[in-house]
Amino acid sequence: MTKQQAQVLACIDGAALTEAVCDYAAWISKKTEAPLKLLHTINHHHETSIKSDFSGNIGLGTQEHLLEEITNLEQQQSKLKLQQGKLILQAATEHIEKKEIFPSSTQRHGDLIEAVIDLEDSIRVLVLGLRGQIHESKENQIGAKLEAVIRSLHRPILIVNDTFKTPERIMLAYDGSEAAEKAVEMVASSPLYEGLSCHLVCVNNNEETASKLLEQATKKLHSAKNIKVISAKLKGKADQELCAYQQEHDIDLTVMGAFSHTRLHDMLLGSFTHKMLINTKKPLLLLR
Amino acid sequence: MLLLSKKQDWLGNIRGDVLAGTVVALALIPEAIAFSIIAGVDPKVGLYASFCIAFITAIIGGRPGMISAATGAMALLMVTLVKDHGLQYLLAATLLTGLLQLISGYLKLGSLMSFVSRSVVTGFVNALAILIFMAQLPELTNVTWEVYAMTAAGLGFIYLFPYVPVIGKILPSPLVCIVALTGAAIYLNLDIRTVGDMGDLPDTLPIFLWPEVPLTWETLQIILPYSIPLAVVGLLESLMTATIVDDLTDTTSDKNRECKGQGIANIGAGLLGGMAGCAMIGQSIINVKSGGRGRLSTMVAGVFLLIMVVFLDEWIKQIPMAALVAVMIMVSIGTFSWESIIHLKQHPLSANVIMLATVITVVWTHNLALGVFVGVLLAALFFANKISHFMYVGSVLDEVTDTRIYHIHGQVFFNSADRFVSNFDFKEAVSKVTIDLTHAHFWDISAVSALDKVVIKFRREGAEVELIGQNEASSTIIDRFGVHDDPEEIEKVMGGH
Repeated sequence: MTKQQAQVLACIDGAALTEAVCDYAAWISKKTEAPLKLLHTINHHHETSIKSDFSGNIGLGTQEHLLEEITNLEQQQSKLKLQQGKLILQAATEHIEKKEIFPSSTQRHGDLIEAVIDLEDSIRVLVLGLRGQIHESKENQIGAKLEAVIRSLHRPILIVNDTFKTPERIMLAYDGSEAAEKAVEMVASSPLYEGLSCHLVCVNNNEETASKLLEQATKKLHSAKNIKVISAKLKGKADQELCAYQQEHDIDLTVMGAFSHTRLHDMLLGSFTHKMLINTKKPLLLLR
Repeated sequence: MLLLSKKQDWLGNIRGDVLAGTVVALALIPEAIAFSIIAGVDPKVGLYASFCIAFITAIIGGRPGMISAATGAMALLMVTLVKDHGLQYLLAATLLTGLLQLISGYLKLGSLMSFVSRSVVTGFVNALAILIFMAQLPELTNVTWEVYAMTAAGLGFIYLFPYVPVIGKILPSPLVCIVALTGAAIYLNLDIRTVGDMGDLPDTLPIFLWPEVPLTWETLQIILPYSIPLAVVGLLESLMTATIVDDLTDTTSDKNRECKGQGIANIGAGLLGGMAGCAMIGQSIINVKSGGRGRLSTMVAGVFLLIMVVFLDEWIKQIPMAALVAVMIMVSIGTFSWESIIHLKQHPLSANVIMLATVITVVWTHNLALGVFVGVLLAALFFANKISHFMYVGSVLDEVTDTRIYHIHGQVFFNSADRFVSNFDFKEAVSKVTIDLTHAHFWDISAVSALDKVVIKFRREGAEVELIGQNEASSTIIDRFGVHDDPEEIEKVMGGH
């Protein structure tokens, strides 16, 4: 991995969570010493018409005239959006610079998924809000594009859903799966988690398996410097138990593997990641 | 796969799509009737086709917001088939056309559109406009003065009504034209031709029927010569229209899916008693202008058209042909590329020749496929001619060794091969000739044989011949595709230019 160039990419859209997204991104950038980049995407809704004329006739040059007219209208609209985006980026930059981190910023046309896929190679961690502008008021829904982004990007993604609080206690959800294994390695090797206490939590109805799994993972984490490991065994439904544990122990950040099953599996049985995204009150760091 | 579409394509613009679809349906009715008359079949054949094609392409077409229905380009190709063999053979030919288009969609032949240059497209569009106009002339010859007056009044309604404050922008002016002229004709009790005189209108919903033709080799021999140009013209016009809609809406479309969609739509039309059709340039522009963007607009156009004609057939029968002619003249004016006339002076002569040759061929033969063929052929020849000028042979004489060194730069291929040979001075008496091919590109066999000829000639004059850089020069002769993706490979092949 080319860690030198890889950036912390924060996706902002001016919604309520923008500030928190910036704060978390700044925190990661500071701890990992990776450069921070702010991304704003300008979405165009070409599938919707701006103006309509029902005169229903066509004359000489109608096509050329129509193209000119639509182009002018869209140009004005896009200019406005571009300008708005610039302001959002500027505000965010100023906010972050107070913490003595100097982010770069970029604007891209099209939707968020396209943008992050295009930038994937330069991303170290993606930070984005749970809900964007459109879904701001809907409590029980996650942002429409969020799942698509998580599924299509193969980089760690931090989902921010609340105002910033410097993480001190993290929870690592561990079930022995490949994704969870990777998560453990990640936590052990990344400078991000230095000096934090890590709650290693395993939800498994079979106590023996749980102990065995925890033992393995704890060993790995101990090899890392400066992480306090506290392990816990839980029984019951994973998402509910984890959320309860989170509240009980005042966890600031949850780390877990995400969407390890196929879309079909999730459609039939429901996705664990999806449930966690809805239920959790604290930021989630998803590892793919 | 063909049924997959984004929710946005259907529901992204509901209000705009429904209203635009309605406007388009109203304009489609006179067109479908007029094109049926061109083809020589009952108006219901064109109306059923328009419903069916619009409905199917709305669901499986590759270009949301594009309007497909019975078209003039296709109608013109089937005239003799209908005249000689009747409607049933037309339906069979329509089925076969659809099948051919479907196959070409799977073979990804849509990408062949890249060979059709801008000038050919312009020529196609202009020729189509001229043909649609010419098809109206029979309605305007040997008729009473009332018909001329009605047609002129109709055009007046179409182009002036939009300037009426408020209602001018709400009511489609072609509809106003038709309603007003029909009203006038009934009120004044004019004895002029009406749509009802031209044949049957639909009185029921379309029903499934298999064409009543013998499934024999002879049948295929009859319909195939019609189905091939129908398939080609249908795809050409559809893909051109898709590009126009792409440009207008600043979105992209799936061209191969569009080919498959057109194919299935024509199969559907053939099975429901309709004639072959394709995308319509004029209607698609009207749709975009009216605010239509999504698949819903095309579907509304198709469904609304069918409802209108089935329930209002008594009224549609009374529409005077003069009103239809006025609408069709509007369509032909709207289809014509006005820009191409303005740009005649600025464009290079070759571009104008290609455009005009396409137009002339089509107007002469009434076959758009032939016109495009001529246009593409001319464009290729002009291009070859232009490229052949990028060849140059320089030479120096090394007196010490009595050697003449030729340096070849540029493109050597069938068109420049003769000029390549003529650049060598065979009369010069030297003991050695060196030909440096490092910066030359030998594109085909003609180039290689020209070089062989040069070598042999020099040897016959008693000179030793040495070739330098043969590998570099001939590396272009191999038909290697995909080279263009690799900058290093391009540098190897095109190096030095």
